[in-house]
Amino acid sequence: MTQNPGEPEPVAYLDNAATTPVRQVAIDAMVPMMSKCFANPSGAHRMAREARRALDDARDVLAPGLGCEPGDIVFTAGGTEADNLAIIGAYQRHGGTVVCPAAEHHAVLHAVEHCGGTIVATDNHGRVDLAALAEILTPEVTLVSVMLVNNESGVVQSLDPVADLIAEHAPNALLHTDAVQAFPWIDVATAAARADMISISAHKFGGPKGVGALVIREGVDIAPQLIGGGQERDRRSGTQNVPGIVAMAAAAQEMLATRDETVARIAAQRDRLVDGLVDAVDGMIETAVVNGDRSQKVAGSCHICVQGVESEALLVLLERENIFGSAASSCSSGAQDPSHVLAAMGMERSMAAGSLRLSLGFATTDAEIDHALAVIPGVFDRLKMFG
Amino acid sequence: MARVLCAMSGGVDSSVAAALLRDEGHEVTGVTMKLWGGDSDTGCCSVSDVDDARRVADQLGIEHHVFNFGEDFEKWVVGPYIADHQAGRTPNPCIECNRHIKFDRLLERAEVLEFDYVATGHHAKVVRADDGTLLLGRGYDYAKDQSYVLHMLDQNQLAKLLLPIGSMTKDRVRELAAGYGMRTASKPDSQDVCFITSVQGRGKFLEERINLTPGRIVDTDGAQVGQVEGVQLVTIGQRKGLDVGGHATPRYVVDIDVPTSTITLGTKNDLLTDVTALTNAEWSAGAVSGKVLVQTNAHGDTATAVLGADSITWDKPHRKIAAGQSLVFYRQDPAHGELVVGGAMAAKL
Repeated sequence: MTQNPGEPEPVAYLDNAATTPVRQVAIDAMVPMMSKCFANPSGAHRMAREARRALDDARDVLAPGLGCEPGDIVFTAGGTEADNLAIIGAYQRHGGTVVCPAAEHHAVLHAVEHCGGTIVATDNHGRVDLAALAEILTPEVTLVSVMLVNNESGVVQSLDPVADLIAEHAPNALLHTDAVQAFPWIDVATAAARADMISISAHKFGGPKGVGALVIREGVDIAPQLIGGGQERDRRSGTQNVPGIVAMAAAAQEMLATRDETVARIAAQRDRLVDGLVDAVDGMIETAVVNGDRSQKVAGSCHICVQGVESEALLVLLERENIFGSAASSCSSGAQDPSHVLAAMGMERSMAAGSLRLSLGFATTDAEIDHALAVIPGVFDRLKMFG
Repeated sequence: MARVLCAMSGGVDSSVAAALLRDEGHEVTGVTMKLWGGDSDTGCCSVSDVDDARRVADQLGIEHHVFNFGEDFEKWVVGPYIADHQAGRTPNPCIECNRHIKFDRLLERAEVLEFDYVATGHHAKVVRADDGTLLLGRGYDYAKDQSYVLHMLDQNQLAKLLLPIGSMTKDRVRELAAGYGMRTASKPDSQDVCFITSVQGRGKFLEERINLTPGRIVDTDGAQVGQVEGVQLVTIGQRKGLDVGGHATPRYVVDIDVPTSTITLGTKNDLLTDVTALTNAEWSAGAVSGKVLVQTNAHGDTATAVLGADSITWDKPHRKIAAGQSLVFYRQDPAHGELVVGGAMAAKL
């Protein structure tokens, strides 16, 4: 791209499903909680009560967005802890069998495996195979965990048929949903109304990393995973991350107030990106989409693939052009692991190895999409020469 | 100045290799390959080794990537390693990793990403003969020389390869690393096969993965003297662990025949041979015959021999070589020392 001297290099950050930038309102809310209102919210004095009040205000802000009572919210150190608390906590308290589909985030999948649970097949859109689920549901099942929106495909899962099956075949089972990817895009209060527990994570909607929450509805009994001073009504001990929680609430407040507008704006940008790339690159197909119907996906999700192109090489070339996306899921070493989600969806290995996830977020600009559309086709063409 | 992709394992050799290239003014990018997902002592694949490589790259101010070649490693290295043992061969997985991963997959990836060269921290040298041919020479530090495991490199691969530490001793490498203040300066050398832990050992690793065939142990005259649980776990030259004591002279495994599940014991003399049959020969720059220097394992001594079309005739009787082991052929060069001219595998005994 031609560029005037002194002008900053164009950048396209398209990895918002991994994490988003922190909203200014969240930063503004967070800083005083470290400099002025820093006391321990469990204390008895006035400064402590001010911190306690900030926590309670945060619960009040989040509750309507999640469709729960403020007292149902247990603050955690993020989505993984929330998922672990729900699954391992339920298993420790109730025993039996815990269940999840194969395309869940590892925070759920590995927790279910840790409890010796059962993994259910998914359909080729990454949604739970309802017939397979019905077959394994029995009164012995104590928890079913089904995510609202898949982190890789962006496909939305309706919880109603899952809740119906549970009511019919597994009356003792709790329903947990990982709503980490859903909250920024869809009305979780409605979509997860029948769930007993709901996980969210702040950094997916403009809050800081290391803070999240698990909704545990009144009457749902699970074993705490952190034992200590009995904070969060004995459900999660440890001094609360007050700055993080307050920032999460501020981010949620802005997100909820602007969600409809954001969804409309970002869906249009996403469509422009996908359509533009599919037009420009021979052999490119849009993947992880239900019958080509993007209304089944969240607005920020774009998943594309060219058979024979290796996404690892693709990411390096894109990075040189200041385009930041992802392929499958990253493992602890920083390498790209083959995606268990795409495998669960039945995608061929040769396709999955070339898949690219470009995820948009509330902060994505038209200029970023322009930059992506200007550069990505050339990179694919170059890689296809070697393919 | 060239664009160089430097393979960084997280060890001291490749750390210094990257630093030297950067200091020469090259545009260096570090890469760590994730190859093995199972347990390992150290080697190339643990998260802590990747961390070391990344932190050294950070310190040097160079880019660093992690490439996941785990599926290729399984397909080309671990799978064949197990299959070879199943069939009674003794492969060298480091050679197969160099052949299929570092100098195939990684080299190809480097070309896609428009790098001019791939660099590694191997102790070996690329030298140019008078006729322009590229040959692989032993590392300056003969005790650490790794030319044996790189012998398969052809002209195209050698032309793309930089080996910055091949002209110095290991002590000098550590000294330089300490001078750079690198965290990897005193890291121990990696040992043995990276995908087998020292706790587990080769036998246990293989037992879990192959169908062991029980076998008969016979004397050189064919009389049965014992039995083993798995012929695939026995190696040529083995003395211990066969539970057939009582001989006045030490007995060694002198033959392994997997199809008939027969292990033959003999004297030290029976272990020697004049001729070793070869297969899968490959040449650095065209086929070679006649007198050569031969190395038969990664850190072994050399012996002289005459190379024929599909066998090698030892100048002095040589210990038998397990099928699947690589023999690497060198010639003495007045200017460059010992140079690799090719290699082959020992065929069935």
